[in-house]
Amino acid sequence: MRLLTHLRAWLDERFHWAELIGPLKEKTVPVHKLSHWYFLGGITLFLFMIQVCTGILLLLYYRPGANEAFESVQYIMTRVQFGWLIRSIHSWAANLMIFTAFAHMFSVVFLRAYRKPRELTWLSGMLLLFLAMGFGFSGYLLPWNTLAFFATKVGTEITGQVPLIGHSLMVFLRGGEDVTGATLTRFFGFHVAVLPSLTTLLILVHLALVQYFGMSVPPGVEPRWKGSPSEAREMKFFPNFLLRELMAWYIALGILGALAAILPWELGTKADPFAPAPAGIRPEWYFMFMFQTLKKIPAKVWFVDGEVVGILAFGLAGLLWTLLPFFDQAGRGRGRRFIMGAGVFAVTYILAMTIYGYVAK
Amino acid sequence: MESQVSLSSPTPRRRVVEYLLGGGLFASIVSFIYPVLRYVIPPPVADLGGDEVVASKVGDLKPNAFKIFRFGTRPALLVMTAEGEYRALSAVCTHLSCTVQYRNDLHQIWCACHNGLYDLNGRNVSGPPPRPLEAFQIHVRGDEIVVSRKREG
Repeated sequence: MRLLTHLRAWLDERFHWAELIGPLKEKTVPVHKLSHWYFLGGITLFLFMIQVCTGILLLLYYRPGANEAFESVQYIMTRVQFGWLIRSIHSWAANLMIFTAFAHMFSVVFLRAYRKPRELTWLSGMLLLFLAMGFGFSGYLLPWNTLAFFATKVGTEITGQVPLIGHSLMVFLRGGEDVTGATLTRFFGFHVAVLPSLTTLLILVHLALVQYFGMSVPPGVEPRWKGSPSEAREMKFFPNFLLRELMAWYIALGILGALAAILPWELGTKADPFAPAPAGIRPEWYFMFMFQTLKKIPAKVWFVDGEVVGILAFGLAGLLWTLLPFFDQAGRGRGRRFIMGAGVFAVTYILAMTIYGYVAK
Repeated sequence: MESQVSLSSPTPRRRVVEYLLGGGLFASIVSFIYPVLRYVIPPPVADLGGDEVVASKVGDLKPNAFKIFRFGTRPALLVMTAEGEYRALSAVCTHLSCTVQYRNDLHQIWCACHNGLYDLNGRNVSGPPPRPLEAFQIHVRGDEIVVSRKREG
């Protein structure tokens, strides 16, 4: 303890430490019956940190390349001590992270935490969600197994359907006209260099914005608190909320460890570019609703190819969703009702199509 | 010096300097970005030997069965129908490029990715595929089954 006090005094002398961390000490978190939704963003951050750590560990043995990738993951899982566990945690944490990110996003929609002045916080969060999906898509290919090969083929082909720039975009992603070892090299680069640096930067921006604006009080609670300020309840972020958040992280870690150990992630069979796509092929669950929609759109809608219609529709919906806070300003009541409707529709549609995708043959 | 230059209406001489600086900066940024953009687009691969290929040996394939063979850089499908006829088609689904297979229970060509079906002439019969599969020509030369692209006209 004395050492800590000394260290603190040393830092304080040089950096005015107390002033630096002053604002953090002032930070408070509103307390109401919906407070537990505040934990989700933090849990997502925690899972991202786990991804960074396990990802670095996997890098010690993983080798990109069509002739080596599958074998190196096999080596990690069968020969390296606890290799199966590290890889299983990396795969499970990736999926849980996408899940908590989606849950965080929908909680922000339904509690209307995106409203003025937090539009940019929402925007940076949406970009982070897209980056997370990019992580998922690029990481999925790295073991170079059959499922991943065809998922990547279909996924990049979908990009190729985008009018005008689609083909160039697809060639850029694939590193050629087809999915080959060149695609694997590229995806590896995206997954371990491009995406992590962008994500880290954006997380810092996102956290800075959250810190700057403070926590949003849900609109159901806010007027009451404004009416009689004595009713407003809040707790200190440090240490009260942080300790609760740490408990949530610990529970998340427990769930993650249990899943990774009890249901280790499978490797499948090595990709063969000259074998037919196996029956029952499907993407990761978070792309399932789009996959199932594309499966159900007829070959031609009017005179346009069905999948082009689907892709444009999803693209437009995604864009409008990203700009969501800007619709909740002018027309007040109407805009708000529209967004709530859109939110309920999005959740229902995603859930229904995902379930349909898993039960339909 | 500084106080003589009005900020709201820069003198022409100052504007020239600004244009030169700005233009130079812009040109150097372009000269950095252009090579990078060209670099990330991979060079085209020549499709060597894509015109004709030995798909299989006579007798290797039983009736009502199929095999995938390499036609240039892409997979292709050789089917022996239940009646003992050979058919050769591109194995790349016209929907989203998965590799198709022959279903001996349906006597049709099936894509597992999005449930697309084609008949044995490659015509898209049901599901999402928007176009038929490209059909190839077959010649039996000695004991080799040679597949080639159909010549136009």
